[in-house]
Amino acid sequence: MNKIPNRQAICDVLMEQAANDRNVVVLCSDSRGSASMTAFASTYPEQFVEVGIAEQNLVSISAGLAKCGKKAYAASPACFLSTRSYEQCKVDVAYSNTNVKLIGISGGISYGALGMSHHSAQDIAAMSAIPNMRVYLPSDRHQTRELVKALLQDEKPAYIRVGRNPVEDIYSEDSVPFVMDQATVLQEGSEVLLVACGEMVRPAKAAGEKLAQLGHPTTVLDMYCVKPLDKASIVKYAQGAKLVVTIEEHSPFGGLGSMVAQVVGAECPTRVINLALPDAPVITGTSQEVFDYYGLNAEGIVNTVMKGL
Amino acid sequence: MEQNLTALSYRLRQHVVDIIMAGKGGHIGGDMSVIDALVTLYFDQMNISPENVNDPDRDLFVLSKGHSVEAYYAVLAEKGFFTYEEVLENFSKFGSKFIGHPNNKLPGIEMNSGSLGHGLPVCIGMALAARMDNRPTRVYTVMGDGELAEGSVWEGAMAAGHYRLDNLCAVVDRNRLQISGSTEDVMHHDNLADRWAAFGWHVISVDGNSIPALHGAFEEAKQTKGCPTLIIANTTKGCGSPVMENKAAWHHKVPTAEEYAQIMADLKAREEVALHE
Repeated sequence: MNKIPNRQAICDVLMEQAANDRNVVVLCSDSRGSASMTAFASTYPEQFVEVGIAEQNLVSISAGLAKCGKKAYAASPACFLSTRSYEQCKVDVAYSNTNVKLIGISGGISYGALGMSHHSAQDIAAMSAIPNMRVYLPSDRHQTRELVKALLQDEKPAYIRVGRNPVEDIYSEDSVPFVMDQATVLQEGSEVLLVACGEMVRPAKAAGEKLAQLGHPTTVLDMYCVKPLDKASIVKYAQGAKLVVTIEEHSPFGGLGSMVAQVVGAECPTRVINLALPDAPVITGTSQEVFDYYGLNAEGIVNTVMKGL
Repeated sequence: MEQNLTALSYRLRQHVVDIIMAGKGGHIGGDMSVIDALVTLYFDQMNISPENVNDPDRDLFVLSKGHSVEAYYAVLAEKGFFTYEEVLENFSKFGSKFIGHPNNKLPGIEMNSGSLGHGLPVCIGMALAARMDNRPTRVYTVMGDGELAEGSVWEGAMAAGHYRLDNLCAVVDRNRLQISGSTEDVMHHDNLADRWAAFGWHVISVDGNSIPALHGAFEEAKQTKGCPTLIIANTTKGCGSPVMENKAAWHHKVPTAEEYAQIMADLKAREEVALHE
């Protein structure tokens, strides 16, 4: 079992870049530990800014730094970053078009038993609704690495959500099929299309394998790029499929499922079922306990497909 | 100061009135109170011009009280970033870049603003970047006094004090009125100087409608080391004509034809007085 969380992969790439690029700046809001940025802060103290527990300031200061040529990476719990500082993300980052990468750590229900104040089940909807904001939910540490390397090459705003705990690898160190803003096809099949992002890619992959064994050829898309959504891949695999199922660690409103349904409805009408968290505070438990309870696991996905077909 | 900036300020106030008449709307009261600070910054203090907008060593300005955009347009046009005629023709019109708050699609405007409480924290990022890169850049922002009720202002006050940003100077346009009435009735800010000093700022309180006084304050800020400076610019909302002065109703208002004639006559008279002083 992999022991490196995706947030650690972000820090590793930024440290590699900072070794030769003094414009990489990391900002934290008393979150350097939870963001796995302690090593960056101690290795590159001149390129690290601590703002204290002040997420609005975190984002605005990042925008000011970016305006002056810095590549600002603001890392803070996704729940606070995406809602407490929402207006700063909208105005100072997206509207002013500053090179700020917003790193939402411990996203979704990562904080488990800490409750709804610490869950971010609205961030995809909120961030996607901002013009000029991109939204990424990488699935494992290898893809996270490739994503951050790609983001270092551009100067546009983006929001990246990662979870708190290590997740099992989807890819391997020497095999990460990654094209920026294109979904990764994990499996191809003509009858069913599964579209997942973030930590839900793992159970979607397992479900896809099981469905194929059961005689239902299934395509599985790792849609780490929620915005800009890879519409072409959705249309390519939804066309002719009997059923599309989306899986996300998010509210049922305005997330991956809503966006996929929009595309499928407009381009290739097919039945779409959205598996997501409920529109309610989630039950108390670890991430896996919560996922299992709501059927956000391989078994739940398979059952949904079998009932839906 | 080679130019007669006081006269210039009263001339630009006339432009502001015409911009508002052309756009059929605008935050006229705050435009009139803040314009002396803008004129002092752009024509006396800051290293900024249409020729050096891409120079990383230039000084930086963010109009945090973005609703005073008409005064900002008048000053930027006079400075040559665009023409006054362009503003008059396009302000608030369909498809125009000259919208009712600053946006950085226009030359000379660094950051978009409009939502209050953003300018100071953004300027902290700029000041930190200038320090990281060892640049001579000075960073300026102007806030409204009603704006100080925004919590993000105090997050910024804290951080600027913490990082001892002596390349940062913030101005409060202390006109004592906001849309609902007196700032002291809505959410009081008296002992303002003490509040900012407690956050680690050097505080200067001056007549904010006096360009010589503002000049002195900005010079003092430049000499202040080891902490950021706050200039409390004590101003008169609607400054320039008794028709508008100290009246909360003129926060956002288009003059009638009679009011327009009187305001323009008052502004012209003050410009004449300044020219002959």
